[in-house]
Amino acid sequence: MDIDNVRKVAKLARLDLSEADLATMTTQLSAILSYVDQLKELDTDNVEPMAHPLPLKNVFRPDELRPSLPVDEALKNAPARSGDFFAVPAILDAGDDLSH
Amino acid sequence: MSLPYKIVVGLEVHVQLLTNTKLFCGCSTKFGSPPNSQVCPVCIGMPGTLPVMNRKAFDLALRAALALNCSIAEFTKWDRKNYYYPDLPKNYQISQYDLPFSYEGFLEINAAADPKKEYTPKRIGLFRAHLEEDAGKNTHDESGRGADSKVDLNRTGTPLLEIVSKPEINSPEEAKAYLEEIRLMLREIGVSDCEMQEGSLRCDANVNIHIEHEGGIAATPLVEVKNLNSITSVGRAIAYEAERQYKEFKKDPVNYRFGNMFKTTAGWNDVKGITVIQRHKENASDYRYFPEPDLVPVVVTPSEVQAAKMAMGELPSEQRKRLQSAPFNLTQYDSQVLTAKGRRMVTYYEEVTAVIGDGKQVINRMSDLVMGALNDRKEEIDQFPLSSQTFADFMKKTASITQQGRRDVFNHMLEKGTDAATSIKELGIQTDFDESKLLQAVLEAIAANGPAVEDYKKGKTAAANRIKGHVMKTAKGAPNDVVQRLLEAELAKLMGT
Repeated sequence: MDIDNVRKVAKLARLDLSEADLATMTTQLSAILSYVDQLKELDTDNVEPMAHPLPLKNVFRPDELRPSLPVDEALKNAPARSGDFFAVPAILDAGDDLSH
Repeated sequence: MSLPYKIVVGLEVHVQLLTNTKLFCGCSTKFGSPPNSQVCPVCIGMPGTLPVMNRKAFDLALRAALALNCSIAEFTKWDRKNYYYPDLPKNYQISQYDLPFSYEGFLEINAAADPKKEYTPKRIGLFRAHLEEDAGKNTHDESGRGADSKVDLNRTGTPLLEIVSKPEINSPEEAKAYLEEIRLMLREIGVSDCEMQEGSLRCDANVNIHIEHEGGIAATPLVEVKNLNSITSVGRAIAYEAERQYKEFKKDPVNYRFGNMFKTTAGWNDVKGITVIQRHKENASDYRYFPEPDLVPVVVTPSEVQAAKMAMGELPSEQRKRLQSAPFNLTQYDSQVLTAKGRRMVTYYEEVTAVIGDGKQVINRMSDLVMGALNDRKEEIDQFPLSSQTFADFMKKTASITQQGRRDVFNHMLEKGTDAATSIKELGIQTDFDESKLLQAVLEAIAANGPAVEDYKKGKTAAANRIKGHVMKTAKGAPNDVVQRLLEAELAKLMGT
């Protein structure tokens, strides 16, 4: 883990980190990754990959309507609202809301 | 059409599934409701909530995948696709990454140069179809003053089927045919209403071109075109983007190459008719996919696949084949046109043909009269006042009269709500023309129009029309061509004397 990796991950997470923060994060994240890396010592060649820790499958619900939140309740925690919309700082990448 | 390059397109199509509720919660999926009125703690991403999958959404997705000739995975799971954007309150979209529930399918389209006249089947391969949730909708300040963007989360969590084609589409026309076929099929099997206007069918096009260059094939960098709001704009955008890339390539044939740069994203501006390059796309690893721990995997049994097949009914492709064989014997083109009008129209046609027998004649009469009337009346076939039985009866009773006479009877029936027999009577149209009776009328007309006959004999052939007019008056609704034939034969006899 080098500082460029951290810078990239921070950008993807929309975090604005100072150079000092980036340095700290690099040290801390490296330590976490080395700790997790210990798992590599296990031989998992003959172990089937696990998709989920619970021995459950096919959990569904019927296609039945349930009440939604009143709009004021839905917007209650929003830092800003505009009428009945959530308001966010202007998105420069206009017309790109189906981008993913 | 001969372009100096080959267009290569893969389409990513998102269709909204016809469920009452969202993929992971009980909020409504209704279109056009007031902003943020169809949201709950699950779909606005409150901590501590858990998604639970909608059975109907999974079943519809399964049905669609089978109709798209996909293989169904026995074991499937969901993944988190991480990205930060205001339309996605959880900061990840629940989607499918490495184990989609279906893969490797195909869709057959008509790739004929003139699809109105011919049918040339082409199979477009599909990489996969997977089930995921939709994001919300952002509204941007268009004034340029940088006011806040507004976010409506009603759409967040709506079930979407993403259908990813292989880059096997080679023209704007093929892209349009592909989308039209997907739309027809998914509507017919009840999976989606595919309204592009309402966003229940959306399409992104991955476009590049292959150019013969210095003895080899040069490929241009991939551009993903978004914001395609109609099937027509998909076609226009592909044609424009291909040409744009060709110009770029000619400017810099060494560097403007596939593999030299990341895929870029472009928006289609429908008013200006241009693509606008937006940015370089994050690559797949940037989405940091990982298994969604809040959902358990789904295992599909062969009997569930069988049940989904049963629910699917007849597909448009099967229907076209059936309509081309006995007792219908339609041409490929006619079968295509009829199938494109939907199952209810096909049923109507089948019911009329069951009475009349001659499928070709039925399609001609329907194209001539029913289709036009539906268009004028802005009606669907199941609202049409003449039932298939009434129309069959009309066809039988008007078999021997002129085209104009038939049209009059048909319009009269629609106007007055009467059956064929009543309309024929009210219009005073004679329908029991056998040739001997018509011949009698012709002979009478000749006898009664001495001056016209004399003129005709002198070479004024137009005089025959006066005689014919007399025949048509006495034998109202008589078939024009028969009268003409009989009259010409009789006049020829007179010329000989």
